[in-house]
Amino acid sequence: MSFIIRGRVWKYGDNINTDIISPGQYMSLPVEKQAEHAMEAIDSTFSQKIKAGDILVAGSNFGSGSSRETAQMVLKHHKIGAIVATSFARIFYRNSINVGLPVVEIDTSVIQEGDDLEIDLLIGKVINRSQGTEYKGTKLPEHLIEMVKMGGLEPYLAKKLNIS
Amino acid sequence: MGMTMSEKILARVSGQSKVSAGDIVWVKVDIVMMHDLLGPWMVDGGFRRLGGQLFDKDKVVVVSDHCTPPATVQQADILKFTRDWARNQDLTYYYEFEGPCHQVIVEHGHVRPGRLILGTDSHTCMAGGLGAFATGIGSTEMIGVLLTGETWLKVPETIKVVWDGKIPHGVYAKDLILETIKDIGHAGATYQSIEFSGEAIKDLSIDERLVLSNMAVEAGAKTGLIEPDEKVANYLRSKGVDEELDLIRSDENASFSRVLYKDASILEPQVACPHEVDNVHSVSLVEGKPVDQVYLGSCTNGRISDLRIAAEILKGKKISKNIRCLVVPASQQIWMQANKEGILDILTEAGCIVNMPSCGACGGFTSGVIGAGEVVMSSSNRNFRGRMGSPKGEVYLGSPATVAATAIEGKITDPRKYLSMEVR
Repeated sequence: MSFIIRGRVWKYGDNINTDIISPGQYMSLPVEKQAEHAMEAIDSTFSQKIKAGDILVAGSNFGSGSSRETAQMVLKHHKIGAIVATSFARIFYRNSINVGLPVVEIDTSVIQEGDDLEIDLLIGKVINRSQGTEYKGTKLPEHLIEMVKMGGLEPYLAKKLNIS
Repeated sequence: MGMTMSEKILARVSGQSKVSAGDIVWVKVDIVMMHDLLGPWMVDGGFRRLGGQLFDKDKVVVVSDHCTPPATVQQADILKFTRDWARNQDLTYYYEFEGPCHQVIVEHGHVRPGRLILGTDSHTCMAGGLGAFATGIGSTEMIGVLLTGETWLKVPETIKVVWDGKIPHGVYAKDLILETIKDIGHAGATYQSIEFSGEAIKDLSIDERLVLSNMAVEAGAKTGLIEPDEKVANYLRSKGVDEELDLIRSDENASFSRVLYKDASILEPQVACPHEVDNVHSVSLVEGKPVDQVYLGSCTNGRISDLRIAAEILKGKKISKNIRCLVVPASQQIWMQANKEGILDILTEAGCIVNMPSCGACGGFTSGVIGAGEVVMSSSNRNFRGRMGSPKGEVYLGSPATVAATAIEGKITDPRKYLSMEVR
């Protein structure tokens, strides 16, 4: 996993909850089928237009609601580079770190759709190449940096439990 | 400086005499809960890659409730996988077709004051109604917990919500929590615990306390706790728990991030309007809104006291011809109790349909999801776009009384006119 992520911005609003990201009615389907319905309640073109490495930018309270990791699974299926939001709901944030989906908290109000963002994940710095600006985000807590460096909780546990 | 309930529980499970909000602690989990949709089916691959040895088969409780009864072959496959997994792991506690996990683990005595409970569902926080520190985690995190019985937690700050005053006629725990969420905001308690206290909370039955803790997550909270008392002890004794209980409480000099004082005596029935749980208004402001479906059930408000209220309102009446009313008792035990009391007869004679205990349409999974343009008045906990089916549908949330009164009129209705004037 790279800690420098660069990609194109798709911008959304506040309160993008888990029922929007991963609707309950599709959760028993294989992930590629679920992924077709990701975000469709607010953007029916999402699964067609999103490309590997693109960056999802949103307002406050991203990922509120359920603890379903299918929300991370469908975004990872679309190979989202990172999610940048003004704030995240607690369980979503924790799950993202556990599965190695990069998340950064900064005030996103001035970021525009189509902007070219570069993120340094470990120090929480975001450079907006389109606007020529730089934002200082929240840094990952110390105790999680090692886990993120290793690619998430599973590789971290494998090392901790001595499993190759 | 004293400790809050959350701090005391996390101190115990991390083996320390004192912890404070903001500390990162490694904790030993007392009870681990998974359900079918986010449980074995999701965790098994990683679990096996990492050795596949459970830390303690007596502490892992699995409840199949989201895919029950299966509406599709995929759900049937998930259910079978879950059942087989529970058998192969030789789990001591596996439940299926008994009702939503949060209610089932309360009824079977797994939830006790002072315990740390982690579950793969955001409403795991409901267990806080009995004084447990309980919160939702993801499936990957669960893999680590299953293998080691441990994880890390950040000790949360606590918002104390004090509800004083006598709860008026026609107003219930659901109205208290909706008003609380409106006040705090749907993300206002993110990373924090909520502790509910005050005279009005002490007066609540166990059934009603669970409504408050269930919905703490709708304010973004990590958990929602209520100080356990003799009512909790009596409840657990009635469920066969005979061990001495840790009736834990926050110290007088504990530190809270915020204290909210609320007066229950002036509260009216509340309704959460689409598509956020903090979009809450007094019922008088949304009265008259036509609905297509009424849903009385869920882990939030499908308990026996909820069904009794609905029966009181619907006895001898008929629901509107324009709607269908789905009743989903929150567990098989509740179903049987309601049956004994004649409640199921009253509700079906009024025109309701009684479904089996499950997560059902509350999460858009089975039995009663809604189509585009349809409106539901529901006693459940979440009204997000697409939550109960079509993203073009609308979900309103209210108390079982508001739901039952709405069923009669086919439009959102203030329940107070259908209730006798007896003080609760």
